[in-house]
Amino acid sequence: MPFTRFFLLTLAAAAAAFAAAVLVHNDYLFFAGYVVLQFVVLATAWNILGGYCGYVNFGTAAFFAIGAYTAVALHKLAANPDRYLSGGWALLKPLFPLSLPTLVAVGGLIAGIVGLGMGYLTLRLRGVFFAIATLAMAVVFQTLIINWDFVGGSRGAYIIRPDHITIGAFELPYIQYLFLIMLLLAVLALAIARAIEHSRLGFAFASIRDDELAAEAAGVPTLRIKLIATTLSGALMGMAGAPFPYYIGYVEPAAAFGLAYAVNAVAMPMIGGTTSWGGPLVGAILLGSLQQIVTVTVSSAVNLLIVGVLLVMFVVIAPKGIVGLVYDRLARG
Amino acid sequence: MSDPLLQVTSLGKRFGGFVALDGIDLEVLPGERLGLIGPNGSGKSTLVNCVCGSLHNETGSVRFAGQLLDGLPAHRRTHIGLARSFQLPRPFISLSVADNLRVPLLYTVRRRALLRRSAHELDERCIELLAQVGLDGKARRMTSDLTQVEMRKLELARAMAAEPRLLIADEVMAGLSHSEIEDIITLLLRLNEQGVTVIMIEHIMRAVMRFSQRLAVLVSGRKIADGIPEDVVNNPEVVSAYLGQ
Amino acid sequence: MSMPPDLLANAVVAGLLLGGFYAAVTVGISIAFGMLDVVNIAHPAFIILGSYIAYFLNITTGVDPIVIAILALPAFYLLGVAVYQVYYLSFERRGQEALRGLAFFFGLLFITEVALILVFGVDYRYVQAPYIGPSWHIGFVDLPLRMLIPCVFSLLMVAGLQLYLTRTFIGRAIQAVAQDQLALRLLAANPTRIKRIAFGISIATASLAGAFLIIIQPIEPSVGREYIGRVFAICVLGGMGSLPGTVIASMLLGIMESFTATFYGPSWAPAVAFGFLLLALAVRPAGILGR
Repeated sequence: MPFTRFFLLTLAAAAAAFAAAVLVHNDYLFFAGYVVLQFVVLATAWNILGGYCGYVNFGTAAFFAIGAYTAVALHKLAANPDRYLSGGWALLKPLFPLSLPTLVAVGGLIAGIVGLGMGYLTLRLRGVFFAIATLAMAVVFQTLIINWDFVGGSRGAYIIRPDHITIGAFELPYIQYLFLIMLLLAVLALAIARAIEHSRLGFAFASIRDDELAAEAAGVPTLRIKLIATTLSGALMGMAGAPFPYYIGYVEPAAAFGLAYAVNAVAMPMIGGTTSWGGPLVGAILLGSLQQIVTVTVSSAVNLLIVGVLLVMFVVIAPKGIVGLVYDRLARG
Repeated sequence: MSDPLLQVTSLGKRFGGFVALDGIDLEVLPGERLGLIGPNGSGKSTLVNCVCGSLHNETGSVRFAGQLLDGLPAHRRTHIGLARSFQLPRPFISLSVADNLRVPLLYTVRRRALLRRSAHELDERCIELLAQVGLDGKARRMTSDLTQVEMRKLELARAMAAEPRLLIADEVMAGLSHSEIEDIITLLLRLNEQGVTVIMIEHIMRAVMRFSQRLAVLVSGRKIADGIPEDVVNNPEVVSAYLGQ
Repeated sequence: MSMPPDLLANAVVAGLLLGGFYAAVTVGISIAFGMLDVVNIAHPAFIILGSYIAYFLNITTGVDPIVIAILALPAFYLLGVAVYQVYYLSFERRGQEALRGLAFFFGLLFITEVALILVFGVDYRYVQAPYIGPSWHIGFVDLPLRMLIPCVFSLLMVAGLQLYLTRTFIGRAIQAVAQDQLALRLLAANPTRIKRIAFGISIATASLAGAFLIIIQPIEPSVGREYIGRVFAICVLGGMGSLPGTVIASMLLGIMESFTATFYGPSWAPAVAFGFLLLALAVRPAGILGR
């Protein structure tokens, strides 16, 4: 299916989903749906580097938090522009407060730059060391944020979520606005993943994943390609994190850098399937919804335990993930 | 007398305490057919790895078409015209057999071409290359469906796909039948006629003798002979170190 | 910035004592990753497990935590053997170690942490032992016993392992397996069995390291994660499979962290190890006593 048709279909599905949610008129749907969509973005972003390219990133939480804390920092700037924007920077004053889409873009930009930098430091090494380095990086960033008082440090920061937002002629409850933003981000992430798959870049990723040495010998500029993957993946994760402070109202490092993000970003693609855009989507929707149910009915700790167990089970028993299992079934029958 | 296409000077490589290459000097003229032989573990593949950039040599230098290759990453060396097959096949297992060739076409050949080739043209080129090694029947299959012998042919095809100026064929004939060996020799000879310089690394003496204009012998990381094949195979040191086995 | 001599000396000594402990924590990875090439990032989880076992039995029976850990060694060894079996059957044999093996161990790390949260909660836990509290003093240098005892025992453990690896047949087979599986086969030793034994030993060290940990500091389930970066940083800098290298690198890291905590504040300490690791990987992947 050509890309434009894919993109339009995905947009249509997203519009339908949004319309349905508005009609049902249950706020919980928006709150829960936001989380699931957030995971769609994170899982798809992770998979670009992990599933397509073969480099495991355990530091998803760091990129997510970079996006979140960029939004917090800019929000604080906006709350007190005269204090922080002096001299030449005062020219920027009229821009504040920044709209949410702008925050998303800036968060993505900064997270992308961090992804580039981190990749440059560590991608020359074996995939194993890269994975460990991502874990290390997550801790470094968490320590930096904890020590940065401007964004609240370990005490955290409060963001007051507006009640409504007016876009042109429409007035939306803010939670619906957040849901819409995340929906669009999910479409963007899926579109990027799909575009990569069928492109020259997709072949490069696959060759690097299968045999990096042979890929180099075939003329693939492996370092540059891997840097593209880390930058893109990091940027998407940062974009997913930017609206988070507005969603949750109170951001503190333990939550933003939480283990839940790291394990889910890995588990969802590995359970759903890593070879195409469908896997992370399936994994995120299934696992995300499951988690919403378990967290509410049982507890959030048990919920994470289930995710961990499912991850190990799937990795050991069904390496191709759900999508892979379905394909095999269809191919046989 | 033309300048050498490949010029290896005092190349040295150690792995910890083990000396894999001990000051290798080697020159290959443009259009030449060089055979490289020697016992297992003598450093032939290590030499190829250093020349092509998969390994870093500690001492010595490599020049290709006059350009010093020090520090140049492997993919850049492929871009300037150096291609090799791997002795132990390293296929892209998640891609089909044809798509394995697409990678060098997309990243080496298309880079040089001024025209943009369509996906269809790339596909045709992949099939064409596969046909030259007799693998066109399995173009759509996955590499896991290939036999060891077929994987070596794929290795050769993948190196050829990069349209190199110098092709290093590292033991592509292991396990091939008599007629298959003839086919490969014919293929390499034809490539050579089209202007590709070829270095053939083999244990199958018959093939090496037929193909090579010049023969070099590596034993324990040192080059012990380099000259006309007839002279080299009668060299007593070569006989005792390798051929007598 | 002035460095008063007593502060300096204490920082160095504290660093050395810490380093000794870090050696015990890392030696399991030096074996599993340095020698066997198994990326067991769940190793800190096994250590924390050891800590909680020491805690639980110490609270209920009053037995000294190090004694408990020694008694628990066989159980940890068997656990290691079991984990390796699963790993080997699922990944190593199929040649898919890279991505899936990492995900597997990450899953184990995660499951262990969450399970511990469910059973013990997130409150800090301590053990009781007569040497937690008192300190020896040599001039102006303080030697807290709760640091000294684990350090001493830790170095004893590493020394013992080094003897085992260099003097016994299986020990030398383990060192050989890192370098040449073919040679091992020719010696009529089964490489898989050797690796299994080695991994079992690797996890067994976690039992003792866990006891040392809870003597040095109170623990809660997420403490393990702080150690992932430290452990791999030390392993890489120490030259991967080299035990003497591990000790040296541990001491270095211990001193660096101690200095940072003393002169810049303890909240920066975790970043030191990890920053160290990033630098080490970027600059010298072969390690100090490199292969």
